[in-house]
Amino acid sequence: MTMESSVVAGSEPTVEPRGFELIEREGLETNLLEVSMGPHHPSTHGVFRMDVKLDGETVTELRPVFGYLHRNHEKLAEDMGYLGSMPFTDRLDYFCSMTNNWAYALAGEKMIDLEVPERAEYVRVIMAELTRLVNHIMLVGFFVNDLGALGTPLLYALREREKILDLFEWASGARMMCNYMRFGGLRNDLPEGWLTKCREVVDAFPYFLDEYEKLLVENEIILVRTQNVGVLKPELAINAGITGPMLRASGVNYDLRKVDAYGVYDRFPFRVPMGEVGDCYDRFMVRILEMRESIKILRQAMDELPEGPIMGEAPRVFKPPAGEIYGRIEGPKGELGFYLVSDGTAKPYRYRVRPPSLVNLTVLEDLCLGHKVADAVVILGSVDIVLGEVDR
Amino acid sequence: MDLLGSGIFKGMAVTLKNFAMTYFDRGRKERLPTVQYPEAGDTVTLFTRNFPFLIYDGEEEVDGMRCVACQICERECPPACIYIVKEKDENGKFVKRPKVFDIDVSVCMGCQICVEVCPFDAIVMDSEFEYSKEDRFGDLLFNRDELLKSNDYYHKIHPEEAQARDANLAAKKAADEAKKKAREEKAAAAAAAKAAAEKEASEKKDSPEASEPVAEEPKAEPAAPSENHAKAESEAKEKPAAEETPVEEPAAATDETEDAKEESSGGSEGKETSEEPEETAGSGEDDEKKAEEGEGVS
Ligand code: SF4
Ligand code: SF4
Repeated sequence: MTMESSVVAGSEPTVEPRGFELIEREGLETNLLEVSMGPHHPSTHGVFRMDVKLDGETVTELRPVFGYLHRNHEKLAEDMGYLGSMPFTDRLDYFCSMTNNWAYALAGEKMIDLEVPERAEYVRVIMAELTRLVNHIMLVGFFVNDLGALGTPLLYALREREKILDLFEWASGARMMCNYMRFGGLRNDLPEGWLTKCREVVDAFPYFLDEYEKLLVENEIILVRTQNVGVLKPELAINAGITGPMLRASGVNYDLRKVDAYGVYDRFPFRVPMGEVGDCYDRFMVRILEMRESIKILRQAMDELPEGPIMGEAPRVFKPPAGEIYGRIEGPKGELGFYLVSDGTAKPYRYRVRPPSLVNLTVLEDLCLGHKVADAVVILGSVDIVLGEVDR
Repeated sequence: MDLLGSGIFKGMAVTLKNFAMTYFDRGRKERLPTVQYPEAGDTVTLFTRNFPFLIYDGEEEVDGMRCVACQICERECPPACIYIVKEKDENGKFVKRPKVFDIDVSVCMGCQICVEVCPFDAIVMDSEFEYSKEDRFGDLLFNRDELLKSNDYYHKIHPEEAQARDANLAAKKAADEAKKKAREEKAAAAAAAKAAAEKEASEKKDSPEASEPVAEEPKAEPAAPSENHAKAESEAKEKPAAEETPVEEPAAATDETEDAKEESSGGSEGKETSEEPEETAGSGEDDEKKAEEGEGVS
């Protein structure tokens, strides 16, 4: 009614509609539209909400809302022994349970200066690189899925992932919630014949990657949709604390496997792929190239895998001296760190996870501003988040 | 890049090839054929773990149970889905066996922590995965008798692991026995010495009631198990981090009274025979006194 009357009057509106801002643009008056994408939007990879303000189809403001999947991980961990948190780290980022285990085990080992036997270190590298394959292949699959290529590329990715998950199950007893690493080593040795099978899978992987690249990399639709979309400048990336493939896609050479050389990573020659522009296409390509490097590391690690024990001299009761420690690794998504404060008892006084997904998500608004809604979905896909890790 | 759209056609060729190949090399392993689950396909691998179960040795389910109700697993289980009540004999003394051992498998996450912390190799992981039940709460709470499975079954599902565990147990048992023997010998020697001393004393006194070593022996015998028990207890107390429990005794005493209270109020186990609460009531009073003392200490 009021709207109508204002239109009839033909002059300035007498009653402003509430909740909308009127903006002037070349004589045409349009309303900003506020849209809540999620928490059950299929493109948000879980329960994640983006409150976007749209001018037509262009994003003018974007507010990420998360916390729907909060499970009290850190507080729970402070109320139980150190070992008890190990299975819960699997559930942070369910694609990368092996690397999560490793990061936590690394922090614990630092606390009590525990030596890890050679063989265990090599097996850890193998597992971590397999995890990287799983994570990146799934990211690429979902990313293309978000672009609108429903099904086919994602299912090819799932097929390859399945082979690696079978390997995980064989070695650790569970496909995704591996719970495989312990302070000072591994829970059990690799079963007989595992290595042969692993070699088969790894040797077949480059052929799959070739095929996959043929399928996607030159596809004009993908090029148009991803190039120069969501450009992340290196300065912003560094200031925001972005890590992992996303940082490297912006052209910053920073890989903890090289910088920290934790475990036995200093023994493997591999290259760190970097992007130039920092757009979605670079982020996508960096992951594909990283998979190729992972395969190189895997081959070498399997060739050099020494015999020997898989468990160091870990104490039966894990009771670190008072102090604080920060252990970090290069997870597939970025720097995954565990910050532990001990007060000398068998329970951590403070247990904090530095989740790469959450930190990488902080620049989402900067990436999306000025792009269309459909691009926001693509950009979110290229950031690579897992909500289990964002919310903890 | 050449012709616009050639990238798309290249991709299409890949999908077409994949599509066509599904008809030609079916069943080739690297193409990951579908497993026809209920009819075929054994998905159980070497370390497959699902939910834990309790092992018993021999034929008797309850008597052969390896679990001694030390409650370490209960304390260490991350989602706290194990519930244990120790069993007592009619004198109110603990026997090394759980009366109640419940695992809520709807909460259990199959993490195997309980298996790793159990010092008696009493609990291990099952590979059974077909649990469909009608009642979400009642049926998925497995009690002691449902959890008990034989060692033979364990050997069937995880042969290597089972053998390793058996060897481990045998070694432990041998070591224990050697220790026990040494202790018994020591006790016997001490008893003999004591008897000799007493004999001497009695001879000095010229009393006819010189205690024979035969009378001494039954005393020495039960000493060993109770010591063992105490050792297990103290292990149990120490292992998970020796928490806030200040002294061992008061904690044990309070435990006892809690159980006693539950029983005398007809609580946890419900309808037991009417004689039992009366019997335990007597010991319960004792325990309460002890507990009061214990509380005074702590
Ligand atoms: S740790 Fe082992 S012996 Fe102790 S209560 Fe648990 S299952 Fe029984
Ligand atoms: S497997 Fe893990 S969750 Fe399940 S009962 Fe054992 S410790 Fe608890």
